[in-house]
Amino acid sequence: MSTNTDTSTTTTTTTTTSTGGDPDGFDPDGNGFDFDGSSIKRKHQLGTIFLGLCFAATMVGIVALVALLADVLLEARGWLTWEFLTYPPSQIAENYVPSNYGDLATGPGGMYPMIIGSIYLIIMTAIFTLFLGVGAAIYLEEYAPDSSLTRFIEANIANLAGVPSIVYGLLGLAVFVRAMQTGASLIAGALTLTLLILPIVIVQSQESLRAVPDSMRQASYGTGATKWQTIRNVVLPEAVPGIMTGIILSLSRAIGETAPILMVGAATTMFTPPDLTDPTGSFGAMPMQIYEWAKMPEAEFQHVAAAGIVVLLTILLLMNAVAILIRNKYDKRS
Amino acid sequence: MSTEPIDLSRNGNDVGTIGDRLARYIFFGCAAVTIATTLAIVLVLVNGATDFFSTVSLTEFFTGTDWSPRAADNPSFGVLPLVWGTLMITVGSALIAIPIGTLTAIYLSEYASSRVRRVVKPTLEILAGIPTIVYGFFALSFITPILQQIYPGTGTFNAAAGAIVVGVMIIPMVSSISEDAMSSVPDSLRNAAYGLGATKFEVSTQVVLPASLSGILAAYVLAISRAIGETMAVTLAAGALAQVTMNPFAEIQTMTAYMVEIGTGDASVGSIGYQSLFAIGLTLFAMTFLMNVLSMWIRSRYREEYQ
Repeated sequence: MSTNTDTSTTTTTTTTTSTGGDPDGFDPDGNGFDFDGSSIKRKHQLGTIFLGLCFAATMVGIVALVALLADVLLEARGWLTWEFLTYPPSQIAENYVPSNYGDLATGPGGMYPMIIGSIYLIIMTAIFTLFLGVGAAIYLEEYAPDSSLTRFIEANIANLAGVPSIVYGLLGLAVFVRAMQTGASLIAGALTLTLLILPIVIVQSQESLRAVPDSMRQASYGTGATKWQTIRNVVLPEAVPGIMTGIILSLSRAIGETAPILMVGAATTMFTPPDLTDPTGSFGAMPMQIYEWAKMPEAEFQHVAAAGIVVLLTILLLMNAVAILIRNKYDKRS
Repeated sequence: MSTEPIDLSRNGNDVGTIGDRLARYIFFGCAAVTIATTLAIVLVLVNGATDFFSTVSLTEFFTGTDWSPRAADNPSFGVLPLVWGTLMITVGSALIAIPIGTLTAIYLSEYASSRVRRVVKPTLEILAGIPTIVYGFFALSFITPILQQIYPGTGTFNAAAGAIVVGVMIIPMVSSISEDAMSSVPDSLRNAAYGLGATKFEVSTQVVLPASLSGILAAYVLAISRAIGETMAVTLAAGALAQVTMNPFAEIQTMTAYMVEIGTGDASVGSIGYQSLFAIGLTLFAMTFLMNVLSMWIRSRYREEYQ
């Protein structure tokens, strides 16, 4: 398409130049004035080509997204069964093939322990993040004086958000696993993920707190309420939907993170779910199992990995849907 | 930061009960965790790297071209092959994401109707929300087979597939931040150019683009920083063979992929492999830290202020 446009551009230009004294062009002196509008036409054609380029570039991203989702879904088709969700993994590729389920000595292969592991990990991360993230945001928005220390804290948070996730993994390995001697445990994994998403949660909670109108704070102070009473009874209830949306979206990032929990020492394969009552026991999570499967040379494991990815993406989708529902409900009220 | 009226209330209302004062300290403690995190990262990395450099000389680490930490008789710790691997991925992904992301931003900001923008922008941002391990799988099961058909010498693990998936992953970073910058250019500038007879193409490329340059450059730097630190996608796609090669279809190893290799290998504490994690981690942290500071500096230094 763009080739055609190019050719016509050239033709127009050539015609104009060769018939310089064209009476219709009103350019009798041939002094370069563009009376027949050819250069304007050329500009418009250039504009059309540029628009085409911009549009094509936009489509690249969308096509890539569609290709990625289609690839995963097609590879997983027929492999994602109820048994896959409810059975522990297996080292033998054949155990994952649904048509083999009937005559297996060991039972079908699945990812049940890892699904439970991920859910435990996210619940613990959510609890830590809720307190630390909202607390820090309240300090920065409601208490912090406009000092250089405050500015330093905020610049530091912005920088932390850009630290690669694998570096947080090293931090978790050295501080939680080794120095605090929690071992490669659920609590070490959850604390590492908490530190990883904390910067995003703080910034988003700050925005929600900032959106609460000052008139509400002033009204509360006017009734004689103290600062803490105002925050607790007026500011926080108003900001909660925004804060929850931010936390859920951040947790949906944490649940797919592989590198940090890998460095902390998450198990690559687990046959029983981690024990929530023993937070220092070993742990695993869905992305670790997917990584393990994706590395396997057997063709079957490609399908198994794809099935695992579909489970992970479905959980992500659900979390995002909840976040959007909360946001929409909140938007309608205000 | 907050506006003036809050400052009025900031003084005086905070002196009531013990609970009120306690609340202040607790919240400050939460904010202080972020400072402690940065300090801990630096301490942990420097501490581990110091142990490493007591065995391996700085010269060997930064100028050596052979990375074979597992060789039993004569291990070699030249970081350049790993840095080269990271560079290949970073440059390759930037070559993909920067043109595509910028053109996407121009389309969304200048050409698309607000309805199209409201649909397309969040759709593209889904790309940034997909776990990186999924991109690794996508590279192995989709990109590499296509590359192998185009160029039969392509290995199962290759730098090109890694660069492509990382490039796709960072498109939304470039496009969203650039689009925000372009949208904040006031319409009066556009209208002035139209009044002079400029076409939409000229307005987009000669008015809006220069006017939002600081935001766009900051987006590039952030995206590149993200590509440097990207881990799981490149580990799965590009492989684990540290070498300096110009061939994009050959297997390479990035700094992050080496860290994953050691991380899954259960290196014992105090071993040179365990210590090398922190030396590489420190190098990685320094690189991304510089990029992030550069991005902030570009934004504050070259920001055009519009009322």
